[in-house]
Amino acid sequence: MNPQTLYDKLWNSHVVRTEADGTALLYIDRHLVHEVTSPQAFEGLRLAGRKPWRIASMLAVADHNVPTSGRAQGIADPIARLQVETLDENCAALGINEFKMSDLRQGIVHVIGPEQGATLPGMTVVCGDSHTSTHGAFAALAFGIGTSEVEHVMATQCLLMKKTKSMQVLVEGNLGRGVTAKDLVLAVIGKIGTAGGTGYSLEFAGSAVRGLSMEGRMTVCNMAIEAGARAGMIAADDTTIAYFKGRPFAPQGELWDKAVAYWRTLHSDAGAQFDKVVQLDAAGIRPQVTWGTSPEMVVAVDGRVPDPARESDPVKRSGIEHSLKYMGLTPNTAMTDIKIDKVFIGSCTNSRIEDLRAAADVARGKKIAPNVKLALVVPGSGLVKQQAEREGLDQVFIAAGFEWREPGCSMCLAMNDDKLEPGERCASTSNRNFEGRQGQGSRTHLVSPAMAAAAAIAGHFVDVSK
Amino acid sequence: MQKFTVLDGLVVPLDRANVDTDAIIPKQFLKSIKRSGFGPNAFDEWRYLDHGEPGMDNAKRPLNPDFVLNQPRYQGAQVLLARENFGCGSSREHAPWALEDFGFRAIIAPSFADIFFNNCFKNGLLPIRLDAAVVDALFNAEAKAAGLRLKIDLEQQAITTPDGTVYRFEVEAFRKHCLLNGLDDIGLTMQHGDEVKAFEAKHRAAQPWLFN
Ligand code: SF4
Repeated sequence: MNPQTLYDKLWNSHVVRTEADGTALLYIDRHLVHEVTSPQAFEGLRLAGRKPWRIASMLAVADHNVPTSGRAQGIADPIARLQVETLDENCAALGINEFKMSDLRQGIVHVIGPEQGATLPGMTVVCGDSHTSTHGAFAALAFGIGTSEVEHVMATQCLLMKKTKSMQVLVEGNLGRGVTAKDLVLAVIGKIGTAGGTGYSLEFAGSAVRGLSMEGRMTVCNMAIEAGARAGMIAADDTTIAYFKGRPFAPQGELWDKAVAYWRTLHSDAGAQFDKVVQLDAAGIRPQVTWGTSPEMVVAVDGRVPDPARESDPVKRSGIEHSLKYMGLTPNTAMTDIKIDKVFIGSCTNSRIEDLRAAADVARGKKIAPNVKLALVVPGSGLVKQQAEREGLDQVFIAAGFEWREPGCSMCLAMNDDKLEPGERCASTSNRNFEGRQGQGSRTHLVSPAMAAAAAIAGHFVDVSK
Repeated sequence: MQKFTVLDGLVVPLDRANVDTDAIIPKQFLKSIKRSGFGPNAFDEWRYLDHGEPGMDNAKRPLNPDFVLNQPRYQGAQVLLARENFGCGSSREHAPWALEDFGFRAIIAPSFADIFFNNCFKNGLLPIRLDAAVVDALFNAEAKAAGLRLKIDLEQQAITTPDGTVYRFEVEAFRKHCLLNGLDDIGLTMQHGDEVKAFEAKHRAAQPWLFN
């Protein structure tokens, strides 16, 4: 057989049938569900008199709308409350496994899936959320879908789709001190652009990627969508397999051995052909900070805000001008001279235990700067929170002046009360710096957890690699 | 789903690259559990001068006169002319719901984000990819004409301008078929239920741990 890419293997092992034009019916192993993109799908199903095909494939959690403080009082916003209650009712009515707001296992859908072992290597994983690409870190084919597709998967356990092209993102070498998975993926997006991966599935490979922990790999795949790719993935290896040992949904005993033997085949074969290969030198990657309103608008922390006058492409130039105006930035300003108002450490990109450890290491024994009005730490799940508290990280943050919150999406998209006021500038470990993302008129700079913590302490961006 | 066959529609130009789904429909409106009614909040932050929240009477809110959709000449527009990477960002289907509810039936751009592109077809909205140079030409033609109209024929995969210029576009056969006939693809897939069952049995035998 011809050498296959990891994507080929995952794709081929899930095709039920193929139409004449190449549209395939792809079988879905795991369907993760959250409150925002599911109510219309449940309703559609009900109206058509249909039932979910395989309820055991579904795992539901409310994360986008949940408050991160004062949970005992429930959700104050009646519209948000209704949405969460609607999820609870739908899950109860159909017998779907749901982690409710009061459950220790509740958290951001992309954090809890792997944490529970509900995401496994070799799976197809979908969720009505674009950051489903996160789960590809485990050699799974994982991608976000719209609500009509959520309904389609519920009803048929399948999705209609066409195979994408494949791109290998090869990062060789060692990341420097203070340079993390977040910087790696921001550098990739800076290089290929937010549409660079459109129409492709990305496979991240090379020694720098292999050297990452599972948390780091999830951060990288999480942001594949920010490069325009629906799916990002990484081959399974010892790190992947070790991660699943003992997780609640993971196989055990004899089945574990059988599964591991299969998982070991989940990599691109030597000589497999990609439609495109992009290479980056890990040693050349510096800590990254975005300056604009798209994740591709990114520079190294020792760089400067770009000057639109130097851009020759008129559409790009006006894009830079527009972004700088929105962000309230002057061309050529040193990134380290930019002062911030708030800090957000959290989101499905960077809210896992390793992220919190990295931020706590920077904050330990220090205090947030007087100009920083609020610094939030929002763990990705109740279990992450518990682990962090066991390690005393909560106390480190609280002593430094951070607020320690309950798990959820929080200020990543500001659907709950955690948001920026118009014009406020935030160092954020999330994944999108779009206009209004963190509140109307909000100004977001995407950074790694260590960079966010360092900015909180200094009151402006600093180079953590120095 | 609404069928799409031939559209003769007024064009509104949105001259920005990377228009994201947060801009198309801001997150506060995603709290709705309904599928309709998002049109008045399409491009909310650009369209209104105040901050929009669900439940407001949008008819009473101050409009931003500079935003292109608010200009009198574009009222009733059904074709959105956009720049590259339109619809990037989240998977929220609320974005095509908002555009469709607003009155759009087709979007023309040099490129679209994958999930958004996909979501459009599920809602009777036709996304059309054209070469950047052609999109440029359409922007120019629109700027010169007072109210450019385009005839979009899905069956023929052709766009005709008022001066008779014809631009061809690509669309996948299966999607075209569903859109032309307004077909619900869940129903189509269910016709293959036996194949899904057979696949599932084989898959379960090979990887039983997936069925926990
Ligand atoms: S943390 Fe942010 S990006 Fe992740 S699922 Fe929640 S809202 Fe989406």
